[in-house]
Amino acid sequence: MNASSCNACKQCMPLGACIAFKGIEGVLPMLHGSQGCATYIRRYLISHFREPIDIASSNFSEETTIFGGNKNFNTGIDNIISQYHPSVIAIASTCLSETIGEDVQYLINEYKSIHAGMAGLPEMIFASTPSYQGTHYEGFHEAVYAVVKALANERGKVGKHLNLFSNLISPEDIRHLKEIVSDFKLDAMLFPDYSDTLDGTSWDVYHRISQGGTPIEAVRKSALASLSIELGYILTAQSAGDYLQERFDVVCRKTGLPVGIMESDKFFDLLSAVSNRPVPEKYVKQRGRLVDLYIDGHKYVSGKRAVIYGEEDLVVALTAFAAEIGMKPVLCATGGESGKLEKTLRDVLGDLYSGEITVGQGMSFERMEKEMNNLQPDLMIGNSKGYYIARKMDIPIVRVGFPVHDRIGAQHMKMLGYEGTGMLFEQIVNALLEHKQRKSPVGYQYM
Amino acid sequence: MVEEKDKVKGGVITGLQAFRDEVITKYPKKVAKKRAKSIVLSDPEQIPEIQANVRTIPGIITQRGCTYAGCKGVVLGPTRDIVNITHGPIGCGFYSWLTRRNQTKPVSGEEANFIPYCFSTDMQDSNIVFGGEEKLKQAIREAYELFHPKAIAIFSTCPVGLIGDDVHRVARHMMEEIGGGINIFGFSCEGYRGVSQSAGHHIANNGLFKNLIGRDDEVRGSLKYRVNLLGEYNIGGDAFELERLFEKCGINLVATFSGNSTIESFENAHTADLNMVMCHRSINYVAEMMETAFGIPWIKVQPIGARSTAKMLRKIARYFGEQELIDKVEEVVAGEMAEVDAVKATIYPKTQGKLSMLFVGGSRAHHYQDLFEELGMTTIAAGYEFGHRDDYEGRRVIPSIQIDADSRNIEEITVGRDATRYNPRKTEEELKVLEEDLEFAEYKGIMNQMEKGTLVIDDLSHYEMEKLIERYHPDVFCAGIKEKFCVQKMGVPLKQLHNYDVGGPYAGFKGAINFYKDIEMMVGATIWKEIKAPWESEAYIEAQYAY
Repeated sequence: MNASSCNACKQCMPLGACIAFKGIEGVLPMLHGSQGCATYIRRYLISHFREPIDIASSNFSEETTIFGGNKNFNTGIDNIISQYHPSVIAIASTCLSETIGEDVQYLINEYKSIHAGMAGLPEMIFASTPSYQGTHYEGFHEAVYAVVKALANERGKVGKHLNLFSNLISPEDIRHLKEIVSDFKLDAMLFPDYSDTLDGTSWDVYHRISQGGTPIEAVRKSALASLSIELGYILTAQSAGDYLQERFDVVCRKTGLPVGIMESDKFFDLLSAVSNRPVPEKYVKQRGRLVDLYIDGHKYVSGKRAVIYGEEDLVVALTAFAAEIGMKPVLCATGGESGKLEKTLRDVLGDLYSGEITVGQGMSFERMEKEMNNLQPDLMIGNSKGYYIARKMDIPIVRVGFPVHDRIGAQHMKMLGYEGTGMLFEQIVNALLEHKQRKSPVGYQYM
Repeated sequence: MVEEKDKVKGGVITGLQAFRDEVITKYPKKVAKKRAKSIVLSDPEQIPEIQANVRTIPGIITQRGCTYAGCKGVVLGPTRDIVNITHGPIGCGFYSWLTRRNQTKPVSGEEANFIPYCFSTDMQDSNIVFGGEEKLKQAIREAYELFHPKAIAIFSTCPVGLIGDDVHRVARHMMEEIGGGINIFGFSCEGYRGVSQSAGHHIANNGLFKNLIGRDDEVRGSLKYRVNLLGEYNIGGDAFELERLFEKCGINLVATFSGNSTIESFENAHTADLNMVMCHRSINYVAEMMETAFGIPWIKVQPIGARSTAKMLRKIARYFGEQELIDKVEEVVAGEMAEVDAVKATIYPKTQGKLSMLFVGGSRAHHYQDLFEELGMTTIAAGYEFGHRDDYEGRRVIPSIQIDADSRNIEEITVGRDATRYNPRKTEEELKVLEEDLEFAEYKGIMNQMEKGTLVIDDLSHYEMEKLIERYHPDVFCAGIKEKFCVQKMGVPLKQLHNYDVGGPYAGFKGAINFYKDIEMMVGATIWKEIKAPWESEAYIEAQYAY
């Protein structure tokens, strides 16, 4: 284990938390700490999603680090309320506030008790996200968990609705998932739904808080759902689905991100069982087209040696897909350190798991590059940060995951379900063809 | 100033006073009182006082970054052969990894270039509890084994100061341990230390002076016309264009702080005879220290815009005073301007009379007004993200700036004359003769250039930005990525002046041409007309029931 990280393959916890927070309707996120955290995280998220993303800060000064952040916290909340009138203020901690031991939940309770009875007092939710305890992926799930924990309550009757915890996916994939569950006639609360807030339309009038997001009323009712579906096998130590199961007996079914036929089949099977309906014709056809597409394209991908990297559940999904289309995943790398990646890959891939796969957790790009020098890969699949290695090795890269900041359209990247998989498959085949065409001494115009 | 014939019509500027008052009254009383001091109307004849470089109010969304960003990201980041290690958890290092688009061009393939790398100690829980010094030492050992760099710099993030890690002690320790003349130095640039990234610039300036400048006395290259360019960071290749011009004129550029720079150039910088300051905010401290220690005079330049670039070259020629250089500069300017004017002639009719607003940086909001003026565009509102009063009102106000707790956080270093190397480049008499044309050690600030009645706003808030756009709908708004999509949602194109939207260079003559073309494209875009679909327009009549 290296002491240092050179070219990390992960970001910090509050960044992940902010993405999840943006999935709440009427939210304004605030980071409790130095203003640089809000600025860095905003600029990074914005360069991926290309949407306005407002994140407030309690702007710690040196004095605040000595005397505590109480005053800054209250001023921050006051100003957010008066300027933005949010229905929720979602607060994540930073290294700074965690290191000095700020008790943010206490600050929230105090603020609420002082302002009890105030009209328009927003919900306040806190997620503890010190960057030295995990990656942006843990931060994302910590925030999902914190929101559900803060809001879910069992007042009312158990309903037929279900909860869908959709993991860190693109806005386009969120829309696709919503379409799928609605085609099964399921009443599902998808959380966090940032499909509009992080991928909006052009506006006629300016909205200080982007429209869209999961309504807080829907999250409140998550305790009364008939079932939770949670996408992703790895997640974090305690997930929102686990919490609802333990606390409110809402059964939680976990399945992987539905990429590829194998994993999509599991997801559609599950929806079919839950809804007690056959898979709608539309998806039967989408599946058929995907199989047809695999047949058309398999010879271009077969045996190609792929390097796959990113968040752990994304790596699992992409590896399962790569293996099923006949590629050889040679390196599966993540910056996360859950300790579950290799086992999960073995479980999900089953017979497709080959001894040739190198699995690396806690990986940096610099270490990936070292590995890759011996692996002779044909292709990289992952976020933009791997581009420099692809360039050095002169191999194509297909950009998925977070961050994608050297191409436009990251928010529209679709890869879930049969339809999304088809689009990803086409991208991969075309990247390989493009590369082959470019490298060909004669060039060719027809294949 | 914008030429008379291009000035905006219809009382736009005279209406700004009322607009200002209206915006301020919308704030809660306490905030209004504070913001009123930071929103003023320009008057070059009688420059008003502006409140700047004060803490952003919590909960008010700001453009500003942190001390670490200014130190590591801005000033030290662009030097290619220093290994920069961020001491802290992973986020800060990651977010400052290549995001500023500062470019570098190693002379040969063998030359060290660490710009593509982001080193971090990636602190974990146990390091916060038990201290991170050992991990930092190990990280330095690893970086050394990997690259054998000549220098390693350590940058502190927020938790480092809190847990009491002493990066300076670690630097000294590791310098001894590794030996072989390696230079290792640390920066106490924890994010919370200052009001904005500006504090980080100051800390970086001190570090440059203490640890790098003046360590190598060997005079390399020509003895003639030796200059340094300070506060140029080679975003989008700006430094390459300026280097091209200096070379064409026969001017010997010793060091750039810090676009396309190397350790050697810093160590050697004191062998130059003139310092030129481009971004006053981020580097003026180095210019002052070098004048005190080595006797090198400094002048302010702003090679953004073709006319201003020509002005800079002529100032250099005037300073050295040799006819050979004066003639060469005139020849180069004439040749370059012919190209610039040819392009400008086709674009100017499309941009003339349009409105711009600039809210960026500590000098860009000023410099880029020159380019807009060349396009016949008026800047009706501008301000800095992290400027100080002197950047607005001119250096004459420096003695009257109040020192607050935040400024006291930054280490002040005392610089005296260098015992052996202090050598005034010009006599007092010579300087006096040149003073009128060159204005040594002077920067008159943004308000000296902005038309009377235009709006100057420090640390623009989101709310103020929204109101400005709603009311004035400028033809182009200049800021950064954080503002880009907010502004564009309101139907106004935003030009990023932090990283140039994958464009550039914009400095020098070729840069001016690039900028003209990019602005032509932005103000001429027709997509904004499509925001409303035909069925949403008022002319579209729905079928109605007749009663």
